[in-house]
Amino acid sequence: MTIASLKQKSTYAELGGQLRYALYCIFHPADGFWCICRDKKASVASATIILIAFSIISVLQLTLSNFQFVLVPIEYFNAIITFLSTPVMIILWSVSNWSFTTLMNGKGKLSHIYIATIYAFTPMIIANTVGIVLSHLLTYDEGALYHSMQMIALIWTVMLLLVSMMQIHDYTMAKAVGSSILGIAGMGFILFLFMLFFSLISDAVMYFISIYNEIIFRMY
Amino acid sequence: MRKLKKTLFTIFVLLLAAVFVTAIPASALATNYSYIYGFWGEEIPTPDAYYVSAYLTGNDFELDGEPIGNFRDPQGLYVRDNRIYVCDTRNDRIVLIEYDEKTDDYHLVRVEYSVMINGAPSEFKAPEDLFEDRNGDVYIADTGNQRILHLDHDFNVINIIVKPDESSLEIDLEFLPQKLVVDFSGRVFTQVKNVNKGLMEFDEKGEFTSFMGAGRVHLSIADIFWRMISSDEQLKRQELIVPTEFNNVAIDHEGFLYTTLSTFQPHEVEYVHPVRRLNSVGTDILVRNGYWVPVGDWFYSFDNNLPYNGVSKFVDVVVFPNDSYACLDRTKGRVFLYDFQGNQLAIFGNPGNQQGFFQNPSAIDRMGNDILVLDAQSAAVTHFKQTDYGFYISEAMNFYFNGLYNESAEMWDEVLKLNGSYDLAYIGKGRAALRNEQYYEAMQYYEAKYDDENYGKAFALYRKEWIEKHIQEIIIIIAGLYVALKVLKYVIKKTRKGREEA
Repeated sequence: MTIASLKQKSTYAELGGQLRYALYCIFHPADGFWCICRDKKASVASATIILIAFSIISVLQLTLSNFQFVLVPIEYFNAIITFLSTPVMIILWSVSNWSFTTLMNGKGKLSHIYIATIYAFTPMIIANTVGIVLSHLLTYDEGALYHSMQMIALIWTVMLLLVSMMQIHDYTMAKAVGSSILGIAGMGFILFLFMLFFSLISDAVMYFISIYNEIIFRMY
Repeated sequence: MRKLKKTLFTIFVLLLAAVFVTAIPASALATNYSYIYGFWGEEIPTPDAYYVSAYLTGNDFELDGEPIGNFRDPQGLYVRDNRIYVCDTRNDRIVLIEYDEKTDDYHLVRVEYSVMINGAPSEFKAPEDLFEDRNGDVYIADTGNQRILHLDHDFNVINIIVKPDESSLEIDLEFLPQKLVVDFSGRVFTQVKNVNKGLMEFDEKGEFTSFMGAGRVHLSIADIFWRMISSDEQLKRQELIVPTEFNNVAIDHEGFLYTTLSTFQPHEVEYVHPVRRLNSVGTDILVRNGYWVPVGDWFYSFDNNLPYNGVSKFVDVVVFPNDSYACLDRTKGRVFLYDFQGNQLAIFGNPGNQQGFFQNPSAIDRMGNDILVLDAQSAAVTHFKQTDYGFYISEAMNFYFNGLYNESAEMWDEVLKLNGSYDLAYIGKGRAALRNEQYYEAMQYYEAKYDDENYGKAFALYRKEWIEKHIQEIIIIIAGLYVALKVLKYVIKKTRKGREEA
């Protein structure tokens, strides 16, 4: 998609179709995820829109839900960190998964993984949105309905993630599960490297700052 | 000249300090003496629920003009009506003090060193506890003499309980009854040192009947695993895992026994249940519906080398007529008050040697609503009385316990005037509002303190009422939406058709 194409009406029609494709995807995962990368039924742009929607819903779920079902210590709640954590996790997962699957004969590209992962989260987005409304209509005793809905959405999402792994990389189920576990481990490893990197960088910066201070103090 | 300057400067500083000290309002001098835990586990300072009305040491009392001397390591305290019994353990004596509420005065009534048995005096030896039943009979755990004395109210011996001929007790075990209570029918329940099968129960004739309320052994998964793979030789050398023994026992107005125990590791505090309410077969029936199980302090340092550190260790408990109970914590010298549902009502006390602070508290009892605490190290009885704040809380609990929710709410209002962050007050007011069919108000009170279960109940009723009230509008809106949808579909169909035709 180019900037020029933003002016054309057909771009938006196409984007709308791609967003609607998410609903097809969650009910026909095998077919849906196969076509994501082969038939251009979904794009990075549509996936990013869904990701932003997911981030917003995650924040709203924690703030707007009734306290019977979602209880956060609102004094210590940070909306920005909550908002950013979703995209960070998705991107971490995509990179980590891509790095493992390229070594394991995976057919998928990074963009395919990114799109498929986000599309797989559609049930969670729907369940969370419905959950916000439902939390204000249900009582504590009827909470089983709310919690089972959330649970079903979670299981559904996990299944979709596995199916998307199979379809994108042309894997068997066992290989998809294995690569997913490796992917989660990889996420932790990437986070560790980041932390190591930043702590070393800050140490290095502090070293030069202290040299600078030392010189300044000697000068005067 | 220089000296004068210095003196003037000192005076100036002192004056300045005096100005600052007097300028600080009383509230700013608040210590962490009274506090309570909030929903998220935060410690919220509260007004004092109890204040020290008297501090009694042995030196305050004279018998026939002779001072009786200080208590030494007193372990037992018992109060019935206005009579305060102190088991002055190291002095081998029982001291009876009477409190006169009208004049707020304490009189020494008697000091007993011995009782007459078969015409000969038999001295007490390290008595650790005492109980006076409803008939005025006195039971003394004469620990050092390995016996329990059953006396009438003039200290004439009625019966003596000694070590029973019980096969389950080791032959060389010394019978050291440390704490005892007596129920309405005259049965004696005693906690005996080094007996971990529970409390020993004696019938009214002094015959041993059974053990009661033995703790269950808790094995963690790691324990089970290591025991599975260890050889018999290793198992022999390992520490035996045995049920923990109680350290104290109390009885409430209904005849239920309350026990405390303190021999456990810090990490076991959650499931060891340091305070228990036992029914007649010894099952723990204490209600634990609070934010957390009643264990004393929620947060503590693990460093056991520092003084006054570590998990709370309850050494005594006393029960009020509304089933609230106060636990005495030896670790930090604190009193924890819980209601009959296991909610925290108040916490007060700290280690120290000021009035109202404790060094090694050993026993707690109550006189009406007053609390008396015996400190073994400072050898003194501290008499606490309720402040207005404490009075309102206990009154509110009394009303609530008897089902008078509206009267209870009035008392909670008074509590809220003194402490706006008292969780139980909001929940109590919510309860009254729910009873008065003010569902929305009740919901707001419950939501303020995150009481989801009660909120759900109020909300269910509110929802029902709301739907019944707005049923017409709901039907009209649904019908309207349905019609609008149909019309919209029809219009779209028409325009599409028209476009295709054109």
